[in-house]
Amino acid sequence: MAEMVATRDVYGKALIKLGKIYPDMVVLDADTASSTRTQWFSQEFPERFFNLGISEANMIGYAAGLSTCGKIPVVSAFACFGSGRVYDQVKLSVCWPKLNVKIIVTHAGVSVGEDGASHQAIDDINLMRGLPNMTVIVPADGIETEKAVRYAIETQGPFYIRLGRLNLPLVFDDTYEFVLGKMHALREGTDATIIACGLMVNESVKAAQTLSEQGINVRILNASSIKPIDKQAIILAAKETGAIVTAEEHSIIGGLGSAVAEVLAEHLPTPMERVGVKDTFGQSGTPKELLRIFGLDAVSIVEAVIKVLGRKTQKGR
Amino acid sequence: MEDIINLKERAKEVRRLVINMITEANSGHPGGSLSMTDIITTLYFSIMNHSAANPAWEERDRFVLSKGHACPAYYAVLSLCGYFPASELLKLRKLGSILQGHPDSKVTPGVDFSTGSLGQGLSAACGMALAGKIDKKDYRVYAIIGDGESQEGQIWEAAMSAAHFKLDNLCVFLDCNKLQIDGKVEDIMNIEPVIDKWKAFGWNTIQIDGHSIEEIIEAAGIAHKTKGKPTMIVADTIKGKCVSFMEGKVCFHGTAPNREQEQQALRELE
Ligand SMILES: Cc1ncc(C[n+]2csc(CCOP(=O)(O)OP(=O)(O)O)c2C)c(N)n1
Ligand SMILES: [Mg+2]
Repeated sequence: MAEMVATRDVYGKALIKLGKIYPDMVVLDADTASSTRTQWFSQEFPERFFNLGISEANMIGYAAGLSTCGKIPVVSAFACFGSGRVYDQVKLSVCWPKLNVKIIVTHAGVSVGEDGASHQAIDDINLMRGLPNMTVIVPADGIETEKAVRYAIETQGPFYIRLGRLNLPLVFDDTYEFVLGKMHALREGTDATIIACGLMVNESVKAAQTLSEQGINVRILNASSIKPIDKQAIILAAKETGAIVTAEEHSIIGGLGSAVAEVLAEHLPTPMERVGVKDTFGQSGTPKELLRIFGLDAVSIVEAVIKVLGRKTQKGR
Repeated sequence: MEDIINLKERAKEVRRLVINMITEANSGHPGGSLSMTDIITTLYFSIMNHSAANPAWEERDRFVLSKGHACPAYYAVLSLCGYFPASELLKLRKLGSILQGHPDSKVTPGVDFSTGSLGQGLSAACGMALAGKIDKKDYRVYAIIGDGESQEGQIWEAAMSAAHFKLDNLCVFLDCNKLQIDGKVEDIMNIEPVIDKWKAFGWNTIQIDGHSIEEIIEAAGIAHKTKGKPTMIVADTIKGKCVSFMEGKVCFHGTAPNREQEQQALRELE
């Protein structure tokens, strides 16, 4: 059993490490510091941490202003409140002037659990991906989280990094290199390709095992870099495997699935299935129950692969 | 209208239910539920005009829980009023329940508006009050907001507009329990002098002890008689009120009691 770590815990620790290296880094939160783990940074660097209270829109404006004066602001909130709740502020105060603001959110997706629909961001990838100048990253595990956060701090411009609440198994080891705009193959295969992000990457690994027992060999691509998206890897996967399944803890509208579909439609139309939330709001329940009923697990990925393989054969590829 | 002694008993019952529900769900927000229990109990059992038999009754008074996370107390009151059976309460936050983690007007009978993203409910309450004015209806609109929630800019946008539209059919309680998630309101982002702010925004303001049922009733009565202005009742409260180990404790903002703590709390609430 792989080691389990919460990406937000890794994030909290990474901020402290990076804070020591970059004296211009400042961290902002809106009354969720205890949950997003920015509280750890505040204990280490109290003079560089600012809790704006419950005023997310205001917080984005503060970050924008701070960045114009040479600071590297890292802004944290729950994903729902760091995206949709502040969409226009992110769009016009951060992305339009292309400011050096890092929005790093936690508690994304339905795996928030019992808090229910109001707290379950299933639309944030869609929103943030649509903004010019924005970079969007959804790390798959703790190792990738640390690398992606470091990359964001060391790179100019707006970033949106999406983390969850749960402990996740590690899918990478320390040798893993995060490269923006590149998908990383976790497994090679010729029958179909699963392109996944976040906690769905590990589900894809499980799905691939089940499929291989049935003689189906899938490639798995980790699409942590949602924007920019790795067009080459998608086109290559389409050419070499002829069928694509995307998997994300997000609505099937506007997220990773859409990003991949856009590339395929323009370059190489290919049978495809999207695993994700099917255009509905979330609800209360345990994370495990919710991931099951919304079809965000290995079982659903296996079903989608089998379905897409049917279409691949029909097409006579 | 129930008498004061009955209302106090009701509030105690609501608190017991809040503890049961959150313990059973093993998640939820006890602190802010207990701080507003006396207010919401008094609203539904003494002040508001409403009908459990007909939740969509057009002439009913409306209620918006802008600090939606405190819904366990809201649900307990609605159930005691007869909007749904008490057996639903122990399904709080469970898969498929009519009692979601934050109020969902689509699934819970009696819930007039969905909330959970702080700062948004008050504007909706203003909209309901404005509709009442347009249609020359007699219903009143009540809302409860949090002191941490008062840090949201949208609260003050609503404040300005409600005075502008002379929404004297709107009466809002500020559950001033001095705490939010990350600590004391005054340390995180001070909102004081908050009553002066509401006054400056053109509201009729009243300060009360938010655990005194007499004062809650009296203030709502003054609000009802006030013409041309909305009323803000700044209610001094204690987060976690009536459960000794929760009172004034930030850690019980969003943490469920365990079974042992549940038993102790219930003993204190006998
Ligand atoms: C827009 C938004 N930001 C953050 C949260 C997370 N959150 C839930 S409760 C809470 C603190 C609320 O404090 P307060 O309004 O004082 O409520 P109370 O003390 O009555 O529980 C926060 C920040 C939220 N629900 N909505
Ligand atoms: Mg409070």
